Amino acid sequence: MAKKLMKGSEAIGEAAVQAGCKLFYGYPITPQNEIPEYMSHRLPQIGGTFVQAESEVSASNMLYGAAGSGERVMTSSSSPGISLMTEAISYMAGSELPVVLVNIMRAGPGLGGILPSQADYFQATKGGGHGDYRLLVLAPWSVQEAADLVQDGFDLADHYRNPVMILGDGLIGQMMEPVEFHKDRKPIKELKEKIWAATGYDGTRPRAIINSLFLDPATLEKHNHKLQAKYAEMTRDEIRYETYGTDKDYDILIVAYGTVARVCSTAMEDLEADGIKAAMIRPISLFPFPYEAIRKAADKADAVLVVELSAGQMIEDVRLALEGNKPIHFHGRMGGMLASPEEVMEKVKEIKAGKSQEVSHV
Amino acid sequence: MSEAVFKNPGSLADVQTHYCPGCTHGVIHRMVAEIVDELGVKERTIGIAPVGCAVLAYNYFNLDFHEASHGRAPAVATGIKRARPDLMVFAYQGDGDLASIGAAEIVHCANRGEKVTVVFVNNAIYGMTGGQMAPTTLPGQIATTCPTGRDTDLAGFPIRIAEMLSTLRTPAFIARASVHKPIYAVHAKQMLREAFTYQKDDRCFSLVEILSTCPTNWGIPPAESTEWLEKNMIPYYPLGVFKRPDGEDRAPLPIRPARRPHHAE
Ligand SMILES: Cc1ncc(C[n+]2csc(CCOP(=O)(O)OP(=O)(O)O)c2C)c(N)n1
Ligand code: SF4
Ligand SMILES: [Mg+2]
Repeated sequence: MAKKLMKGSEAIGEAAVQAGCKLFYGYPITPQNEIPEYMSHRLPQIGGTFVQAESEVSASNMLYGAAGSGERVMTSSSSPGISLMTEAISYMAGSELPVVLVNIMRAGPGLGGILPSQADYFQATKGGGHGDYRLLVLAPWSVQEAADLVQDGFDLADHYRNPVMILGDGLIGQMMEPVEFHKDRKPIKELKEKIWAATGYDGTRPRAIINSLFLDPATLEKHNHKLQAKYAEMTRDEIRYETYGTDKDYDILIVAYGTVARVCSTAMEDLEADGIKAAMIRPISLFPFPYEAIRKAADKADAVLVVELSAGQMIEDVRLALEGNKPIHFHGRMGGMLASPEEVMEKVKEIKAGKSQEVSHV
Repeated sequence: MSEAVFKNPGSLADVQTHYCPGCTHGVIHRMVAEIVDELGVKERTIGIAPVGCAVLAYNYFNLDFHEASHGRAPAVATGIKRARPDLMVFAYQGDGDLASIGAAEIVHCANRGEKVTVVFVNNAIYGMTGGQMAPTTLPGQIATTCPTGRDTDLAGFPIRIAEMLSTLRTPAFIARASVHKPIYAVHAKQMLREAFTYQKDDRCFSLVEILSTCPTNWGIPPAESTEWLEKNMIPYYPLGVFKRPDGEDRAPLPIRPARRPHHAE
């Protein structure tokens, strides 16, 4: 297929369709309305179904039902909506259901605002709902990558029988960029038949029960061990990141994800022109997090700068990665305000000049 | 040709339930299972268990099942039915589950006209959590969170789900039954059969509210609790069919049935 100019939201929807997703359950919320809108006209064209639910609570529980019947399903929302979905997300993680969830983050807390943010990092990577569970979290920085990650996300969700979250921000949703969908794309995992799905009991296999309830504590502990083993496997096999300029010498290592990393890469070019050497590492999988890669990339640097559209959430994982071995600095914007390349340059220069205060270890 | 002597063991699992003596959850399970068998849809029926005393229903039916979170069974049912319209999907829910925490889910499932069946077990109390007030607890009825009886000034009046849902314009089958005595149970089964048949025929949403006993949390011995139900619940919760898809609406509205919009080629 040739490259096509698409809005991020539409590319996400089309990627799901290309991945064989025929069902979408959603509820309107800015800034991701274009995803359900796209699905509402696209899915009927392929014999699929779009349902506008009465709430995100309901949409996510519809997802639970549909995923339990073995179909590829997706929903999308933005921060306050994801908060309402966390009940079902915890149940889906507990029941080991493969689904793809898209969070086009907006600024919070509360109703917050509708402009881009990365303030749901904790919610996405550390739980959000109740219980010891993890989502596989993937953060795109371009429209093409958003489309690719959605398709990979379906394969990963099926492979691990676990919800996958695509964590983007308002910019990813609104940006228009060329996208290519590969016609002969092969699944990135060997996909097994979903023999666990509840599709009607005819006696030829054990009864299928989609469930997260285990009243016997020993059984529930065993179930939890099984989930943890799965998360350990993801941690071993699914870490994704990209590095920029790490083959050369550099003084400052920037760590940023999503569209913020694009701002930082622009800053890096300008810094180079000014004779300041900086490199960048961009986590793509936020869970599992590339701790080891960040530690290695920081080896050559004198200091590390974390840039986020939040008060500093991913920075906690960067600290874990560095174990106190390098000074860490932070630049963050909140409330829907964006970080500019100039700000990032300014911050790097301050660090170089010894004028930036290290992030304190609390 | 020999004739089959042993038939399929049926849709009810051959296990002991955890229900208290005198609880009518078990009778209702049995009726649902019998109807699934009678309609010959066992191999394509999916049940949804609620959060409530019937939380372990997935162990009691010999069917594929989903366990839903509290109140969300109608959303889960929607998800399954839209994904696989060929499946028969039923949700089994209590009154706390359906009329309180899941009020939005049931209203919108019914209003979208999802072709699923809801078995709504109204025992006027939160059974599983130990007898707290439900939205269906009767005026003056004692519960652990209204120790002096339900005060309608503070808690409002009990919600009549069958009546409320039957005001929706969308075609549906809505009925209320009871199983506290055999003659009532016969009617209840007829209503359940009609409800499941509408789904089988791909007609409409269907819900049967079934009045049920909770001797344990009512604090009334089993034998007396059927009397209590008849004396106190039936006057407030009248039995019967409230709505049929092809019948007159209870309050006919001066609007014509929705038609599909015409699209230009
Ligand atoms: C989100 C959530 N809130 C509360 C509970 C606790 N809880 C479990 S069962 C129940 C009440 C069930 O009552 P009802 O639906 O009437 O069913 P019954 O036990 O009477 O059959 C409650 C409140 C829960 N499991 N989940
Ligand atoms: S507590 Fe009430 S509803 Fe629950 S099993 Fe016992 S009698 Fe039945
Ligand atoms: Mg109850």
